[in-house]
Amino acid sequence: MSSAATLHGADVHAGHDAHHEHHHHETFITKYVFSQDHKMIAKQFLVTGIIWAIIGGLFSVIFRLQLGYPESTFPWLEDFLGHWAKGGKLDPEFYYALVTMHGTILVFFVLTAGLSGTFANFLIPLQIGARDMASPMLNMLSYWFFFTASIIMFSSLFVQTGPASGGWTIYPPLSALGDASSGSKIGMDLWLVAMAMFIVSSLLGGLNYISTILNLRTKGMSMTRLPLTIWALFFTAVLGVLSFPVLLSGAILLLFDRNLGTSFFLSDIVIQGKILPNEGGSAILFQHLFWFLGHPEVYIILLPAMGMSSEIISVNSRKPIFGYMAMVGSLFAIAILAFLVWAHHMFVTGLNPFLGSVFVLLTLLIAVPSAIKVFNWLTTLWRGSIRFTPGMLFAIGFVSLFISGGLTGIFLGNSALDLHLHDTYFVIAHFHIVMGVASFFGMFAGVYHWFPKMFGRYLNNTMAYIHFWVTIVGAYLIFWPMHYEGLAGMPRRYYDFSNWESFKQFGELNQFISFISMIVFAVQLLFVFNFFYSMYKGRKVTTQNPWGANTLEWTTPVNPGHGNWPGEIPEVYRGAYDYAKDGHEFIPQNVPVGDDETHH
Amino acid sequence: MSTVVMEQRKKIHPHKFTLWIGIGSILMMFAGLTSAYIVKRNQANWVTFQLPVIFWYSTAIMLLSSVTLFLAGRSFKERVMAKYRRLMTATIILGVLFIVMQVIGFKQLYSLGVTLQGNVSFSFMYAIVGLHGAHVIGGIIALLVLFAKAFNAKTRIYNTVPVEVISTYWHFVDVLWIYLLIFLLMIR
Repeated sequence: MSSAATLHGADVHAGHDAHHEHHHHETFITKYVFSQDHKMIAKQFLVTGIIWAIIGGLFSVIFRLQLGYPESTFPWLEDFLGHWAKGGKLDPEFYYALVTMHGTILVFFVLTAGLSGTFANFLIPLQIGARDMASPMLNMLSYWFFFTASIIMFSSLFVQTGPASGGWTIYPPLSALGDASSGSKIGMDLWLVAMAMFIVSSLLGGLNYISTILNLRTKGMSMTRLPLTIWALFFTAVLGVLSFPVLLSGAILLLFDRNLGTSFFLSDIVIQGKILPNEGGSAILFQHLFWFLGHPEVYIILLPAMGMSSEIISVNSRKPIFGYMAMVGSLFAIAILAFLVWAHHMFVTGLNPFLGSVFVLLTLLIAVPSAIKVFNWLTTLWRGSIRFTPGMLFAIGFVSLFISGGLTGIFLGNSALDLHLHDTYFVIAHFHIVMGVASFFGMFAGVYHWFPKMFGRYLNNTMAYIHFWVTIVGAYLIFWPMHYEGLAGMPRRYYDFSNWESFKQFGELNQFISFISMIVFAVQLLFVFNFFYSMYKGRKVTTQNPWGANTLEWTTPVNPGHGNWPGEIPEVYRGAYDYAKDGHEFIPQNVPVGDDETHH
Repeated sequence: MSTVVMEQRKKIHPHKFTLWIGIGSILMMFAGLTSAYIVKRNQANWVTFQLPVIFWYSTAIMLLSSVTLFLAGRSFKERVMAKYRRLMTATIILGVLFIVMQVIGFKQLYSLGVTLQGNVSFSFMYAIVGLHGAHVIGGIIALLVLFAKAFNAKTRIYNTVPVEVISTYWHFVDVLWIYLLIFLLMIR
């Protein structure tokens, strides 16, 4: 079967050669809505992700209003939120719902589906030299499952009792008992159904990414010639395929507990003076099932950002990536360790201290591959001819945030320190920097770098530079002070700190954080404006390879059609990072090795 | 030119490969459930019970259905379509019979007081066996689609990949059932 034939998946007819022309009649519906073209599906994921990011970001601004100005009222909030903000004062129940939905939306809908969904779909076929995914049909289903999940999650915002509010980690009993809080009612059911859909979407996507990378590489594209982006997306997909099913099993048992009267996670509970019949369950069991996904999930979010930053840093330093095999090896090490550290989220659950010390060791081991990666990024930058494109700035920003956030991970990975820091703002600061903002930076880097390939136009640079500088300075101003609040013991998820003598001193600091977060949010809207404006009005891309990059996506036409290459798929003769080699500024992967070149 | 030009590897069809990864993924879900079962079993309040005898008969039915599907696949490759349709019919009937027998087993357990809302060990059994049943039902639906295609006179496709993919899945749910049965018998 030729690679052209696999493009059509199951509906290919024997002897039908679709090399040069695409025979499907494309209507508006098949081109833009139920598209099976990986590039269009990528754009669908990206736009849906952007919409979710605006909603999730807006939620954080609203709850930061409460945290920064606990004594003030904002009458416009009542117009916007109705009975959840009576008299302009945010309802405490709804505060929890906002925090929960902010986490859920950004972790799953933006940084998992929006990030992997966009760039795995867009880059895998283009960079490995394939006409489409192994199964374009499953790929399309993956998006539509995500879309359905999005609709259900979005509709949960509008139910009478409010959306889920037990935290994004949905620990029972809050998530298992409808009577526990108003956010434990229908909102929680919708959350679970939406997440089940979401998991199916992730699995369908992940299966496809793995088999595409392993099976559909063009001639000459050995695994050791793959761009690091693809390696990162590959490990991301493997993590997702192996860890999401475990969350699914936990979610199914939780649905049983909620609706069928079982007691997997419930035991000896008194609620409103009434003793529940549930016996023998264990809430901790859920935490194990949750974090077995939850920790790999962190790397599902982070690895694509690492891969894209590696690529962008090398291209814009005009230098080969330093230590390609070490980069692949450290990705592999991180992927393995990701499955062995979940209990470091559970040091305070009464975990056996010996078991805890094993998890401390495994957790701290992650510092080794992480340090290798940071070293290699810095040495790639070292003495490079750096071009500070917006994509490059965001990639460097990613490295900066990864270092800052990673270092505090060493504090938290120690169970002795974690007993004090658990569930404080120190944790908030740590994971927002290392996972949230860092991955966002990777995503922005990817959007700025590959926007010309996606839409055939450039993003506006002035807006991009404003976006970068305000975001990086703002991110540090928001999260750096939180470390101090956390060290002082300020707990997360509290509605109001003004009644505590010990936390009163942070009133002005909280106000400052809230103020900065609004500015940063406003600048993200500038990015969104830039994105949609440039899609139609941006400067047109006139050359095939605007960044002078080596990877195969830049050998396609400026606006590639379905099938990516109008002629033959290019053959690959070299690795992806031949920059500044043998007197050439760059040598694309499809250029045969000349006699004058030094062989490796 | 000294570079080694690699052949594009096409040893396994991408759809089959995708299925194998999917199987790995399904296994992880059952690994999650069975390890939760083991953890819970070592805590207080664990009640053991006998599995109904009908689960042994349903196991035999499941094994038999794998045999008929294997033979069906062979007839498909030999283009003996009448035999293929007969064997496919048999497989689907056996699959449905398996589900019916599992449901009867559940009913027998219920009448003995082993209810879903009872002890956690009961709940686990229902969840695990029930989820396996859901995967079998998925397989039956896939078989029905194949079956419908075999009767469609317009499209005469002799592509063996869908048949092979669905057979592999069916054998997988068969093996998975045997694993789960042994698991539930051994670890109580």
